[in-house]
Amino acid sequence: MSLDAAIVGPGNIGTDLMYKILDRGEEIELQRMIGIFPVEESEGLQAAVDEGVDVGTDGIDSVKEHADEFDLVFEATSAGIHEQHAPVYKDLDLFAVDLTPAAIGPYTVPVVNADEVVASGHENINMVTCGGQATIPIVHAVDRVADVEYAEMVSHISSESAGPGTRGNIDKFTQTTAAGLEEVGGADRGKAIITLNPAEPPIMMRNTVYTRIDEDSDVDEIRDSVSRIESEVQEYVPGYEVTLEPTVKDQDDVAFDLGDSIILTTMLEVEGEGQYLPPYAGNLDIMTSAALGAAERVAQQSADADAIGGVSDD
Amino acid sequence: MTDDHVRLVDMTLRDGMHAVDHQFTPEEMAEVAAALDAAEMDVVEVSHGDGMGGSSINYGFAAADTEEYLDAVVPELTDTQLSVLLLPGIGTVEELDMAVDRGADICRIATHVTEADISEDHFGYVKDRGLEANGLLMLSHMAEPQRILEEAKKMEEYGADAVYLMDSAGALLPNDVRDRISLLVDELSIDVGFHAHNNLGLGIGNTLAALEEGAVTTDGCLRGLGAGSGNAQIEVLVGVLEKAGYDINPDFFGVMDAAEDVLVPMIDDDEMPKLDNDSLMLGYAGVYSSFLRHTRRAGKKYDIDPREILVKLGEMEVVGGQEDLITDVASQLAEERDAGAAAEAASDD
Repeated sequence: MSLDAAIVGPGNIGTDLMYKILDRGEEIELQRMIGIFPVEESEGLQAAVDEGVDVGTDGIDSVKEHADEFDLVFEATSAGIHEQHAPVYKDLDLFAVDLTPAAIGPYTVPVVNADEVVASGHENINMVTCGGQATIPIVHAVDRVADVEYAEMVSHISSESAGPGTRGNIDKFTQTTAAGLEEVGGADRGKAIITLNPAEPPIMMRNTVYTRIDEDSDVDEIRDSVSRIESEVQEYVPGYEVTLEPTVKDQDDVAFDLGDSIILTTMLEVEGEGQYLPPYAGNLDIMTSAALGAAERVAQQSADADAIGGVSDD
Repeated sequence: MTDDHVRLVDMTLRDGMHAVDHQFTPEEMAEVAAALDAAEMDVVEVSHGDGMGGSSINYGFAAADTEEYLDAVVPELTDTQLSVLLLPGIGTVEELDMAVDRGADICRIATHVTEADISEDHFGYVKDRGLEANGLLMLSHMAEPQRILEEAKKMEEYGADAVYLMDSAGALLPNDVRDRISLLVDELSIDVGFHAHNNLGLGIGNTLAALEEGAVTTDGCLRGLGAGSGNAQIEVLVGVLEKAGYDINPDFFGVMDAAEDVLVPMIDDDEMPKLDNDSLMLGYAGVYSSFLRHTRRAGKKYDIDPREILVKLGEMEVVGGQEDLITDVASQLAEERDAGAAAEAASDD
């Protein structure tokens, strides 16, 4: 059984997500794209019209007006806006997949915890951040072999691919990502750093993950674990690639005291599929891919639940 | 000759943190701050070299928390104002909040020269708390004057009381400084400042050029202690500005004594910035000055000339904060070298 959906926020993320749903959505049917500007002033709404998707231009009022058309809403606005919208979605009984850093619902990374989060009955799930989707799987892969005392991620994004939402939300990005490294990745402590790089041609989204672990950890086993998770992420983000496998930094390589620990440096790049923005915008791609992946799981589980419900009704 | 007033900001305890790999102790900071206060320095800036929140694997962990540094320095300051630095993307409003609570007078908010719009919240917060907010546009050699003006105007709109042109790579020539500063002074209604690095030997000269074009506040460090080859050497700057007739507050002898008697005994030889080949290459290739010591460590690990790494980073147009790419570039250069050597060995057979 498929699930009807709307996208709220026709910016970079929302528009990219629209193309992904239209291209390869399985159980998700896109019914409407909703913004706050007239169609002629919104590139994203214009794109929706061109693709034959219905649009709304009154923000949350459009959601209320058309709420009977869909069961699930992708929130692609900003953290502040989602905080205002979330209670409305709840009242309207709409499942919310939140792509902003508002994080009202639990952090969800498909390859790590999506099934568990969806099964636990939450009606609002949060996609952490683009940097979180890229780096949390690596921290989880290290942590399942050796306890990660501290994880730090550095995300470099081309200026071109960072819209006003990201720019106005930069603290939320670092705070949410750091929390995700801890709560989903399994690090005892997390820190996140983001830089925007205006170089032309634009840089590919690249990330560095540092994990601080005990010096006696089995590094070969960690490399194997990271390699396995790389393949699993590639199933929903084809352009995800580890460019530097976990490499050891010891006391000689740093100017601060490492105690009994070593640091593993892992680097990765995300190349977008290029549906809406060019391939360098892997930061958008990984968010929208993860959101679609999570929504498909919601559809699957609600289908299962209905099947069970159907039996008990008989 | 001029009688214009110039405000001097000493960053020995902030940009200088790069030179010591962020390892000043709170006690050392207190001593330096006391000497600068006695010398009637206008402002001292304290924090990790990469700003509050910079303590990390990527930039190096500091010897103490920002809280401990601020608590050590605040009691030493009487008339001298305390500034802290924040780079949005590295630190957050939470750090600003902590610093204001602990006695900061000025918050300086720095972004890459083309990315001012990530700083709006941070300016808003500082202004709400009633403090002076300064905007810093970093790596200003990477943008044309007109673009810099657009970004500076955003910071002005967000509430900045002054905007600084940061020559973070020490890559600007005096005429580049003049073009940029004069446009900002003409078009902004707030103060304009300048921040030099000495990688091309122009730290003092560029600062003078900026002041001649109307900048009214400028940065320096005792003995020039700062990233790369260091910043404008502040005791030299005090002497030069006195000779040029500027109206300045710091006491020349007091600042010289702070440098020679207080700071120098704390600094190891290999930490004291020099205009050597590696730091010259920063200015030439246009690379963020704090990459220097990280690049040297990577060069040693992979046995690559640090200058080669810096040239490559310059070509990639890396910006402040991308220190992790140093390792990436060094390991790639080492791979290319080893592949080349293997190919040569094979063709010899």
